[in-house]
Amino acid sequence: MPDLGLSVLLKGKNLARLLGGLGVALKISLISIAISLPLGIILGALMTWKNPVCRAILRCYLEIIRIMPQLVLLFLVYFGTTRAFGWNLSGELSAVIVFTLWGTAEMADLVRGALVSIPLHQYESAAALGLTRRQTYQYVILPQTARRLLPLSINLITRMIKTTSLVVMIGVVEVLKVAQQIIEANRTSSPNAAFGIYLVVFLLYFLACWPISLLARYLEEKWR
Amino acid sequence: MSWEFIMTYLPLYQAAAVLTVKIGFAGIALSILVGLGCMLVQYERIPLLRVIVGAYIEVSRNTPLLIQLFFIYYGLPKIGISTDAATCGVFGLAFLGGSYMAEAFRSGIESVAPIQEESAYSLGLNRFQTMRYVILPQAFSMSVPSFMANVIFLLKETSVFSAISLMDLMFTAKDLIGLYAKTTESLFLLVVFYLLILLPVSLLGSLLERRVRYAGFGA
Repeated sequence: MPDLGLSVLLKGKNLARLLGGLGVALKISLISIAISLPLGIILGALMTWKNPVCRAILRCYLEIIRIMPQLVLLFLVYFGTTRAFGWNLSGELSAVIVFTLWGTAEMADLVRGALVSIPLHQYESAAALGLTRRQTYQYVILPQTARRLLPLSINLITRMIKTTSLVVMIGVVEVLKVAQQIIEANRTSSPNAAFGIYLVVFLLYFLACWPISLLARYLEEKWR
Repeated sequence: MSWEFIMTYLPLYQAAAVLTVKIGFAGIALSILVGLGCMLVQYERIPLLRVIVGAYIEVSRNTPLLIQLFFIYYGLPKIGISTDAATCGVFGLAFLGGSYMAEAFRSGIESVAPIQEESAYSLGLNRFQTMRYVILPQAFSMSVPSFMANVIFLLKETSVFSAISLMDLMFTAKDLIGLYAKTTESLFLLVVFYLLILLPVSLLGSLLERRVRYAGFGA
């Protein structure tokens, strides 16, 4: 049985470096998530407004961001805007910008969908009971919206973590890049390390996303 | 913006777009098959296979395509399973897409109320007829929205193929940026070609959704 990379992984600081790489990826996704969830909620609420101009603008933003592959957006910000405006963006910063823009669009769509899915009679019944506008939202609409929204937004978080793996393509040193470096450095001593190392990266991503998906499914079934 | 540059390298992008579309649709076709197979296994509750399919769906949905491709393309050859880049792209896409398709089909089937199946049996239809004339037509129209969303999602995911050195649109754009530093033109062509691929599919999706929305009964 030839060495498939396990010994390389345990050699020196390799495992710690790999985990550090995962940390870089997770940091980028967590920052983008932290910014885009609140922004998305605000934009989603704005999208249910009757103001046609505001709606048209938001609609355009949403469609443009969502039709493009995220990697194309990364290229546009990292290579395109730096060229067009002459500023300097690090890979990490462009990734945060792109994932915030994208996450906000996705979140806004989820919020809009959840708000629209509340039947009209809920508003009418609340009004008939004499609740004020504020009370209607606080006690009737928002609790129901939150229940529909929470599992969906947790799913969005796993999607954002998975998408962060793309940052390796704009030169950010994250888990995949570290894996490549480790494999490259041990090319002569254990040429088959690629199997084990990439398998570990695969498992790391799975372990990062799986518990979050399970939580989303649990909440979805509990609140159905 | 230099139009001369754009006209010169247009054919390169065309070839890349054709490759993207070919691999994309091959992968999607394969993932529909995988998805149907997984859905059947889960629907018929076949012992053992059901557990395997469940594990596959969890693994494939909770890992990024890029990592899956790296493992298939660079990892698996080390234990003697090697594939060329295009095959690897198709299989990678099918591995990812299979689970998404399976979920779309499953939620379609589950949305058909049990009373539909019971009524079909009481009318004397056999198992096959029930499936063919009662369950599947309703399940189909229920799963069209998520099916089309998956198709668009998978087409977008093809953008990572450049990582396994397939000459797709991303690869071409990056290559031209590196060679000639014509960033604006290269990115402009990239966006235009992705729009040319994705917009028609997206429009077809909303058209199809409206067309098949007839099964609003029995809920």
